[in-house]
Amino acid sequence: MTVSSSTLKLAPEAEARIDDLQRRYPTKAATLLPVLWEIQTQVGWLPQEWMAYAAARCEVPVSKVLGVVSFYTMFHQEQPGRHHVQVCRNISCTMLGAEAILACVREKLGVTNGGRTADGKFSLEEVECLAGCSWGPVVQINRTYHENMTPEKTAQLLDSLE
Amino acid sequence: MTKIITKNWGVKDSHLLSVARANGVYSNLERVLKTPIAPKDVVEAVKKSGLRGRGGAGFPAGMKWSFVPQNTGKPIYLCVNADESEPGTNKDREILERDPHLMIEGALIAAWAIGCRTVFFYIRGEFDLPERRIRAAAEEAMKAGIVGDNVMGSGWSCDFIVHRGAGAYICGEETGLISSLEGGRGEPKIKPPFPAVKGAFGCPTVVNNVETLCAVPWIMEHGGEAYAKIGTEKSPGTKVISVSGRVKRPGNYEIPLGYGLKDLIDNECGGMQDGYRLKAVIPGGSSVPVMKPEQVATLKLDYESCQAHGTFLGSAGCIVVDHTQDMVKLLHVLARFYSHESCGQCTPCREGTGWAYRILTKIVQGRGTKKDIDTLRSLTQQMDGATICALASALVMPVQSFLKQFPEEFEAKVQETVPA
Ligand SMILES: Cc1cc2nc3c(=O)[nH]c(=O)nc-3n(C[C@H](O)[C@H](O)[C@H](O)COP(=O)(O)O)c2cc1C
Ligand code: SF4
Ligand code: FES
Repeated sequence: MTVSSSTLKLAPEAEARIDDLQRRYPTKAATLLPVLWEIQTQVGWLPQEWMAYAAARCEVPVSKVLGVVSFYTMFHQEQPGRHHVQVCRNISCTMLGAEAILACVREKLGVTNGGRTADGKFSLEEVECLAGCSWGPVVQINRTYHENMTPEKTAQLLDSLE
Repeated sequence: MTKIITKNWGVKDSHLLSVARANGVYSNLERVLKTPIAPKDVVEAVKKSGLRGRGGAGFPAGMKWSFVPQNTGKPIYLCVNADESEPGTNKDREILERDPHLMIEGALIAAWAIGCRTVFFYIRGEFDLPERRIRAAAEEAMKAGIVGDNVMGSGWSCDFIVHRGAGAYICGEETGLISSLEGGRGEPKIKPPFPAVKGAFGCPTVVNNVETLCAVPWIMEHGGEAYAKIGTEKSPGTKVISVSGRVKRPGNYEIPLGYGLKDLIDNECGGMQDGYRLKAVIPGGSSVPVMKPEQVATLKLDYESCQAHGTFLGSAGCIVVDHTQDMVKLLHVLARFYSHESCGQCTPCREGTGWAYRILTKIVQGRGTKKDIDTLRSLTQQMDGATICALASALVMPVQSFLKQFPEEFEAKVQETVPA
């Protein structure tokens, strides 16, 4: 498969950060994850044309980029809600009441695992252990951790988001 | 109790370079580089200390470093494993939040010891504050001439690159981590060759856990013998234990290895929360066999005592299970986790974890039979040891131990035969 080309460009600072990393990593292919993160941070998710951009930037086939994107749970092939609500469902959080929190989020948002509200404001994802077990149950919204959660606190938190 | 990893945690703003330097961070790196203490002598000191890997496998760190061939003409890499994703474990995260400079100091001393010029810091994608802290610390250290060219004026240079993961438990496995660092899916590779000989980019590579490396500056300051005097003979040093569940004060505690599990729960953690009784503990993260209260009473937190009790210290994530918990439901949660995280390369793991999850779903829903329990047993026997990495065994151990320790809970949920 031939390496694709792309006319897209990220913000200049992002392009500069990628240039810097490509000088420091032993191969361009190895900068694929950092490049995908730059795209997702700017665009919010990873549309096809941006995957082609990543392939060109890292000199790897598009098929490889697709394989990588689909492997990792944090790379989004569809646009998530503005507030991506991630509820830990693993063992310590389950013992401390994660199921009640999930039930609360499902009911409040009217979506199930993987779903997004019609207005695009929220999406819900059940996730595995977030390394916050001692302070569970844990809910992560976009990148921010919320610990020692209860259904009441979760409902208030969702209400407080713009 | 001697604190090595967590000694600066009580200090305000311990994550800032100025405060870290006042705490003595980087003084050991400086002495190693300026004396200079020859790389082989650093390796020797770490060997003498008996420091064992804190990521789960407990492999002696000094020995791993000594396996790195120095004559291949290829670059040598150090990968710091900050992918912390083993359920029950949240120690590396707090280390990075509170003392990122100690982490960098340990990594640079290790890099010097093995002849590495580029450290890759592989950090879990979900981590927010820990990533900001390590990036800010690396940036501060770079500006202060501690990381990068001519480290602390020694003439020796070492780059430090933060590489963010993207959500995959398997990238914590060292060869999965390497595949991910190389820009691929986080698929583990068959060993041998071991990473020390042929790792990242086909070059000699050492993968070490965050906590392992954080012990190295102390060892350089006090000597390997002093470290070996802490803990037990075969499990020297201290260990940070994460405690979760219904205890009064959950959290991370640094204890000398050999400390009693019951003492940790009763003293440091303040005992069980009011109204909750101890039912079981999974002492080493979700992948290890579960212990009942009578075993918890005698178990010491070190590699040998855990093994004598039929379990492992693992990543030392102590999951405290209280009397209100349903063991079948908890095992169902774990089976879902491991089947979700299987990378799919090996048939016994891919199919076995999924099958175990489906059987447990049936049992949890009251549709299971006695035969299903037998199938779970025989299925997991066949999965064990037949795979590229240890993820399959990481489900086998909880399944077999839950069935052995709490058979009545499983039997109570199943019927003799399928309902008509
Ligand atoms: C499925 C699986 C997941 C693992 N996850 C981690 C992890 O999150 N962090 C870690 O340090 N080691 C993890 N390990 C252990 C690593 O493979 C490796 O042994 C360790 O990083 C080596 O460093 P150490 O010797 O300093 O412990 C995992 C192993 C397996 C089999
Ligand atoms: S044991 Fe499982 S996770 Fe490990 S390599 Fe095989 S399929 Fe992947
Ligand atoms: S089990 Fe939820 S954060 Fe670990």
